[in-house]
Amino acid sequence: MSKYHLTHLKHLESEAIYVIREVAAQFQKPALLFSGGKDSIVMTRLAQKAFHPGRIPFPLLHVDTGHNFPETLEYRDNLVREIGATLIVALVQDSIDKGRVVEETGINASRNALQTTTLLDAVEEHQFDAALGGARRDEEKARAKERFFSHRNEFGQWDPKNQRPELWNIFNGHKGFGEHFRVFPLSNWTEMDVWQYIALENLEIPNLYFSHQREVVNRNGALLAACDYISIQPDEEIQKKKVRFRTIGDMTCTGAVESEASSIEDIIQEVAAARLTERGTRADDKRSETAMEDRKKQGYF
Amino acid sequence: MSESENKSYLDMDLLRFTTAGSVDDGKSTLIGRLLYDTKAIFQDQLEAIELSSRQRGDEHTNLALLTDGLRAEREQGITIDVAYRYFATPKRKFIIADTPGHIQYTRNMVTGASTADLAIILIDARKGVIEQTCRHSFIASLLQIQHVVVCVNKMDLVGYDQKTFDTIVENYKDFASRLDIPHIDFVPISALNGDNVVEKSSNMDWYKGGPLLYTLENVYINHNYNHIDARFPVQWVIRPQSRDYHDYRGYSGRVCGGAFKKGDEVMILPSGFKSKIKSVHTYEGEVEEAFSPMSVSMTLEDEIDISRGMMIAKPNNHPKAEQDIEAMVCWFSEQSPLQLRKKYTLLHTTNEVKCMVQEVRYKVDINTLHKIEADKELRLNDIGRIRLRASAPVLFDSYRRNRLTGSFILVDDMTNNTVAAGMII
Repeated sequence: MSKYHLTHLKHLESEAIYVIREVAAQFQKPALLFSGGKDSIVMTRLAQKAFHPGRIPFPLLHVDTGHNFPETLEYRDNLVREIGATLIVALVQDSIDKGRVVEETGINASRNALQTTTLLDAVEEHQFDAALGGARRDEEKARAKERFFSHRNEFGQWDPKNQRPELWNIFNGHKGFGEHFRVFPLSNWTEMDVWQYIALENLEIPNLYFSHQREVVNRNGALLAACDYISIQPDEEIQKKKVRFRTIGDMTCTGAVESEASSIEDIIQEVAAARLTERGTRADDKRSETAMEDRKKQGYF
Repeated sequence: MSESENKSYLDMDLLRFTTAGSVDDGKSTLIGRLLYDTKAIFQDQLEAIELSSRQRGDEHTNLALLTDGLRAEREQGITIDVAYRYFATPKRKFIIADTPGHIQYTRNMVTGASTADLAIILIDARKGVIEQTCRHSFIASLLQIQHVVVCVNKMDLVGYDQKTFDTIVENYKDFASRLDIPHIDFVPISALNGDNVVEKSSNMDWYKGGPLLYTLENVYINHNYNHIDARFPVQWVIRPQSRDYHDYRGYSGRVCGGAFKKGDEVMILPSGFKSKIKSVHTYEGEVEEAFSPMSVSMTLEDEIDISRGMMIAKPNNHPKAEQDIEAMVCWFSEQSPLQLRKKYTLLHTTNEVKCMVQEVRYKVDINTLHKIEADKELRLNDIGRIRLRASAPVLFDSYRRNRLTGSFILVDDMTNNTVAAGMII
């Protein structure tokens, strides 16, 4: 093997840093979408690396549904303090109060879809022209066709048929007034790459990802955390189980998996043996075959 | 050494490949097979496509549905865009750029090929080498993909016949002698049944080579990176403005060729100023040597005005700096053909300049490789040779020499769309 050789993780890291720097260079006012999930934690580390020894030259933007796990918010606030980043929180509750969106009702009510409006409002209010996100192409079939630089029209919408071809390492961020870009530096990463990178970098992650005792209800095969945001039905039973979360979203739609994995290496083993996709635990994707594509067209992440 | 230093995934490397074939070659089935047999497909995905296959009335579980993600594609049974797929074995991680092969999608094939180290070209064993095989191979050659694996598919439909395979191999070699592809491998497969895809087939004992995955796992990858000519396009200047780093000026970017280390004499282009590298570093600290495609920052001994778009190279080895450029281009715009004398924005490394196309020298018939000099209008999916003039010198190498400093795109300022991909001659 030649001495000029990079491992697959270093390759992906270098590519992501390149893309993040392109965003800083090509746009006036970017923001990094931060959810407290593992992908956005990796994104934040990569952004630190891209501008070291300077600080990240743009704010983190958290679209807060109000249905987060408390552990996520605690983690977020600690991280922001530690790295000296600026945090902007956009509240879905504000969008509801202003009458911009109407809360879903019913047993499977979720604020997942409402986030889109809050996000687009925040983009407009702060005049962000690029939003960096941690979405990966391996997550979902509609995302497999995403670009690194994903163009959004003045309504924030994604048109899968009108995306710019991306060649070599040249990214075209030219845009018209009122349009913006979503940029996905982790496009080429898989769930496994993210976990391996977390291990390599020794990144701290919310303890929700590790095995813990929790009260859950089994709803349509998904183990949802028993909490105030979901209404337990008469025929449903709260059980105490040893679980962990493979993705972290809202408490209303993020299912847990039964697991004994208590370290990153355990998780890597578990992911390697997993027979379900990580989004298999996400009720928001199960609404229809093209649920993700439809939400993306509206302006979802 | 921590325990994690011993983990095997820290030794894995990365191979990017592109797949070209038409709707009927079984390309999506082949990819579905690779993903399925390497366990990159999960149970819920498989159940979802089993259900869709039944609803569509397909005879087999239609593995093609795994790759056809968008609603329109599922409805029409075609792939309309480049889709990226991922799988890994203990040795390598693979990124597949899956591109549709119809003639109208040359644009997508060029896009997929631009980042690929290897191309898989599918041939239907019943049809042999046809026009589109030539087209796909020409594009692989034009984009300087160093390694092509020709998969002769649907061997089950020709009774796994060796003679059929041998004839196709001969015909292909004959045609490929006119191209510039250094390494070509041939594998007889049946994507539908999994023959020679991941496991060696027992139906073709006459074939002595390994299955496709074996080739993908073991082929030498040089990633098309140039490790000779030091090229560092400055992407972003880091100025922390903090007490600890008051006078710090870090030039950050991704190495596009050669290597850089502390103490190296460098030349900054286009200004021509010379300096020495004071440090090369990343977040982790100083690195001994930076090479392509590492993302690093550099500091220099002298205070020189350097900004994005400039290039750091070596005094005795630097790129050309010229305003007149000869290039092969593929036209991407559906709305308008190439217009001579119109101003386009040229994006090249981290630099941006205005340019005008002075002349279309010829178009290429990508099915026959003939030059067309009678019709010089470049429309969507056309490939041709042009001469353009930039508003300021462009710092480039030939595409053959360096894929990253030899490539560019053209942007139409009216629509902001990417209208062409160019390879400098």
